[in-house]
Amino acid sequence: MTTLDGNVLAGPLAEIFARDMTGARGRCGNCSRTGALATLVVYTDAPGLVARCPGCAHVTVRITRTAEGTCLDLSGLAFLRIPDER
Amino acid sequence: MLEVPGWPGHLAGQHVDVRLTAEDGYSAERAYSLAGPAVGERIELTVQALPDGEVSPFLAGAFALGDPVEIRGPVGGWFTWRPEETAPVLLVAGGSGVVPLAAMVRARRASGSRAGFRLVYSVRTPEDVFYREELTRPVVDGVETTVLFTRAAPPGASRGPGRITAADLGAHGWPPEFEPHCFVCGPTGFVETVADILVAVGHSPDRIKTERFGGR
Repeated sequence: MTTLDGNVLAGPLAEIFARDMTGARGRCGNCSRTGALATLVVYTDAPGLVARCPGCAHVTVRITRTAEGTCLDLSGLAFLRIPDER
Repeated sequence: MLEVPGWPGHLAGQHVDVRLTAEDGYSAERAYSLAGPAVGERIELTVQALPDGEVSPFLAGAFALGDPVEIRGPVGGWFTWRPEETAPVLLVAGGSGVVPLAAMVRARRASGSRAGFRLVYSVRTPEDVFYREELTRPVVDGVETTVLFTRAAPPGASRGPGRITAADLGAHGWPPEFEPHCFVCGPTGFVETVADILVAVGHSPDRIKTERFGGR
């Protein structure tokens, strides 16, 4: 099982949001821990990418690419604060 | 080295995603840190071949001069250092985790920055040191560098081989009162050990940025 961190989400999320998202701060929908997306624990061996909260392991972000397109599941986050780009 | 038409330039610490696609359509994608500032449209990656890897053995082996490859980047914005930042910087590297941190050292040099940099670099043996000429002198262009060996230290070394400790970071890092920005990169276990030590000795978690990679 390979675990990385949310820095690896930079490319896939930049394709969707057209900007860097690793510095965006998300609140875990389960334990309310708040931190940069870069700090999430990311599993790359799942179909697509699965990011879990480093505090409680709740699944916060899922990105799956299929033949029809890309599926982005943010349902595990309570909110996402995106800083203005410098 | 890759020649990328239209490369827009990048920040130290950013990476590129490299995608390989087989004839049957199977594709594998991996992130690799950019090793230094771009020279025009030419970028440099440092790839460590992992025996059980899907992408790195190809890049380090059969991938030849002139072969095309699909990349996405530069990407990443959190684990980055910008030359206009003046706060002291502590870089802590484990193994090939030194790559994005060496990029910060190079960006500092290229920009003429005088921000205080300290690099603590943990490797198994003297043979495992990346960028040896550039990084093994104690002070390089005002960057204080300490190399720690975990398995075998060179003859005459004052520190025996061993994993990084709070004492190492106390002796070679910055005191927390200096409020340094800390960048830690390496394998997951290394990153977590170092981040825990930094928090325990009083560094604010808000000033500690980490990047883990899947290799060793």
